[in-house]
Amino acid sequence: MKTILTGLATLGFGVMLTVGGALAQEQHSEAEPTHFPIEKPHQESWSFAGPFGTYDKGQLQRGLKVYKEVCSSCHSMKLVAFRSLEELGYTEDQVKALAAEYDIQDGPNADGEMFTRKGIPTDYFPSPFPNDAAAAASNGGAAPPDFSLIAKARAVERGFPTFIFDIFTQYAEAGPDYIHALLTGYDHTPPEGMEIPEGTHYNPYFIAGKSLAMPKPIDDGQVTYDDGSPETLDQYSRDVSAFLMWAAEPHLEARKRTGFRVMVFLVLFAGLVYLVKRRVWANVAH
Amino acid sequence: MSGGHSTYTPSTGIEKWIDARLPLPRLVYDSFIAYPVPRNLNYAYTFGGILAIMLVSQILTGVVLAMHYASATSLAFDSVEKIMRDVNSGWLLRYMHANGASMFFVAVYIHIFRGLYYGSYKAPRELLWILGVIIYLLMMATAFMGYVLPWGQMSFWGATVITGFFTAFPIIGDPIQQLLLGGFAVDNPTLNRFFSLHYLLPFMIAGVVVLHVWALHVTGQTNPTGIEVKSKTDTVPFTPYATVKDGFAMVLFFILFAYFIFYMPNYLGHPDNYIPADSLKTPAHIVPEWYFLPFYAMLRAITFNIGPIDSKLGGVLTMFGSIAILFLVPWLDTSKVRSAVYRPWYKLFFWLFVADAILLGWLGSRPAEGVYVVMAQMATLYYFVFFLVIMPVLGLIETPKRLPNSITEAVLAKSKGGAVPAGATAAPETKG
Repeated sequence: MKTILTGLATLGFGVMLTVGGALAQEQHSEAEPTHFPIEKPHQESWSFAGPFGTYDKGQLQRGLKVYKEVCSSCHSMKLVAFRSLEELGYTEDQVKALAAEYDIQDGPNADGEMFTRKGIPTDYFPSPFPNDAAAAASNGGAAPPDFSLIAKARAVERGFPTFIFDIFTQYAEAGPDYIHALLTGYDHTPPEGMEIPEGTHYNPYFIAGKSLAMPKPIDDGQVTYDDGSPETLDQYSRDVSAFLMWAAEPHLEARKRTGFRVMVFLVLFAGLVYLVKRRVWANVAH
Repeated sequence: MSGGHSTYTPSTGIEKWIDARLPLPRLVYDSFIAYPVPRNLNYAYTFGGILAIMLVSQILTGVVLAMHYASATSLAFDSVEKIMRDVNSGWLLRYMHANGASMFFVAVYIHIFRGLYYGSYKAPRELLWILGVIIYLLMMATAFMGYVLPWGQMSFWGATVITGFFTAFPIIGDPIQQLLLGGFAVDNPTLNRFFSLHYLLPFMIAGVVVLHVWALHVTGQTNPTGIEVKSKTDTVPFTPYATVKDGFAMVLFFILFAYFIFYMPNYLGHPDNYIPADSLKTPAHIVPEWYFLPFYAMLRAITFNIGPIDSKLGGVLTMFGSIAILFLVPWLDTSKVRSAVYRPWYKLFFWLFVADAILLGWLGSRPAEGVYVVMAQMATLYYFVFFLVIMPVLGLIETPKRLPNSITEAVLAKSKGGAVPAGATAAPETKG
C-alpha cells in the first residue's frame, strides 16, 4: 500500500512537471514570440570566471577605449571614478591625463557662477546628456541605461535545471555573456511575418523584446587597437563586456582571492573541529 | 534548568561575590555547560545554534552597513554602491549581509522542517514552537524591509506589491497600506520607516530568541526518537558534547555561506535590483526573494472568486493562512507518537510536503500563466491538506512502529556492541 501510494505521488508530480514543461513550450510562434530573449546568449570564456578568475588588464584597457569612443556618446557611467582606472594598469599620471580630457561642470564659485574645468582623478565619468529627460528626448523617448552596473543588472534566465548546475560551476558571467550576445546579434534577419516596429532594430538576443531602439552600435574596424588585437566586432564586444564587468564589480579579484583563503581556512578548521568532535564523542554511543 | 537543580559551584572568591549578587555565571553555566541534552541528537538539531550565530552575524554586518547607508530615495542606491566600491571591505560586508539573509532562511527552513519531522511542537513544547513561528514571522518582515533599502527596481516594486496585499481587505485595507507606506505610494517616507524598522526588528528577534531558548531549557530538547529523557544515561552535558558538535556544524555551514559570498554573491539576488528604482517602469516579472516564493505562489494560485471573497482577497487570505496555520500545528497533530521515525505514513506525507514546498517555490518564480497556475493550485491544496486533513486524521488511524523504552535503549540498539554505555555521561568529568 505504501509503495503504491509513493508510486502514485511520484507519478503525480512527474505528470505535473512534464505537462507543465510541455505546455510552457507550447504556443511558441516564430513570428510573434512571447518570451524574450528569443535566443539565449552563448556562454563565452572569460578570464574573470571561476574561483581563481582575474581581469585581463589589456582587455579592460581595450574595453575602456571602446566605451570611450563608442558607447559613451549615449551611455553614462556615473558611478565609476577616474581614480579607479588605476586598477586597469594605468599610472597615476596616465589617469590624470585621461581625466583631463574631460570637461567637468563645477561650481557655483564665489561669484555664484557655474564654471567648466578640466577633469581630475576624483571626478566621475561625465554623462553625455545633461539629465535623463534630455537623454530620453534625444533617443526616441527612452534614456539609454547607465553603464556602471549594467553587467550585473542584465542576466538571461537560465531555466531549470541549468540554474542548479550553475551553483556548482560558479557561473556568474550572465551579464557579460548577454552584452556580448547583444552586440554581436544585430545582423540576423527577423523570421517571416514578424513585424518590427518603426525605429527599432531586430535582435534575437535582446532581453525585453524582439527589437530595441539602439541601432547596431559598433562594427568591424571602428576602433583602433594599438596592441595588435583583432579589430573585429567579436573582439570589441568581448572587450567592452569585460570592461563593463569590471565597472560593475571592481573588487572581483580581491573577492575571489580572499575567498580562497577563507575556504582553505574553513576547510582545515572544519577538519580539526571534526577530529575534536570525534574524540569527545568517542566513548558515547549516539 | 530542565527540572534539575543548579549544579554550579562558585570556586573562587570573586565568583562567590558575583553569584551572591547577580548569578549570571550560574545562568550561563546551567544553560550552556551543564545543561543536559539527549545523547542521540543528530546534525538536524544543530541548526538552532547556526541560526543564533547567523543572527549575530547579520546584526554585526548590519550595524556597520548602517553607518554608511543613507535612507533617502535620492541617495540610497548610490550609498549602497559607495559601500560596494569605496568603503574598506564594504563589498564583503554587504555581500555577507545580503547572502547572510538567504543563509538565515536556509537554516530556519531546515530547523522548521526538522521540528515537523520529529514532532518537536507536541506537548509540552507548544509555546516553544509558537515562539519559533513568531521569530520566523519577524524574520520575514525584517528580510522584506531590508530588501527595500538598496532602492533598486525589485526593492521598489516588491514593496509596492507586498504592501498592496493589504488593500485586499475591505474597509481597513487602505488605511493599513497608507500607514505602512506613509503615503499613497512607495516613496521617501516608506524607505525611512522601513530602514527604522529594519534596524529595530532584529533586536526584537533577539528578544524572542531569548524566550525561545528559555522555553527550550524548561522542557528540554526533543530527540530523534521523540521519547522524553527518562534517566541520566539518556543525556550528555551540553559542554563539551553539544558545543563541539554544534561548532562543527557551524563551520560546515560557514563553508556554504562563504561559497556564496565569495564566488556567487549575486546568485540569490535579482539582477533588476542593480537598476535604480523607477516608479514609471514596471519590471517584466516582479518576483520576491527566493525564500518568499512558496508563499508568493500560493498568493497567485487563487485566481477565482469564492462567494463574496474575490480572488485578490482570497489569495491574500491563503498566503496569510499558510503561515497562520503553523501556529495551530501542535493541536492539529493528533498522533500520540512524536517522531516520524516511528510513523511510516506520516514520514511519507512529510516528504511529500517538503517536495510540495520546493515545487511551490519554483512555481513562485514562474509567471502566473497557463499550466503554472493549475500546478500552483494543486500544490497549494496539498499544503493545506497536509495540515488540516492529514495531520489530524493520520494521528487517529496510523499504526506506529514499536517505540523503544528509552533513548538509551534506542541508541544501544543502533550501535550494538559498540562503545561502552555505562559511565558515558561521566566521561566529561574525567576528561576535565
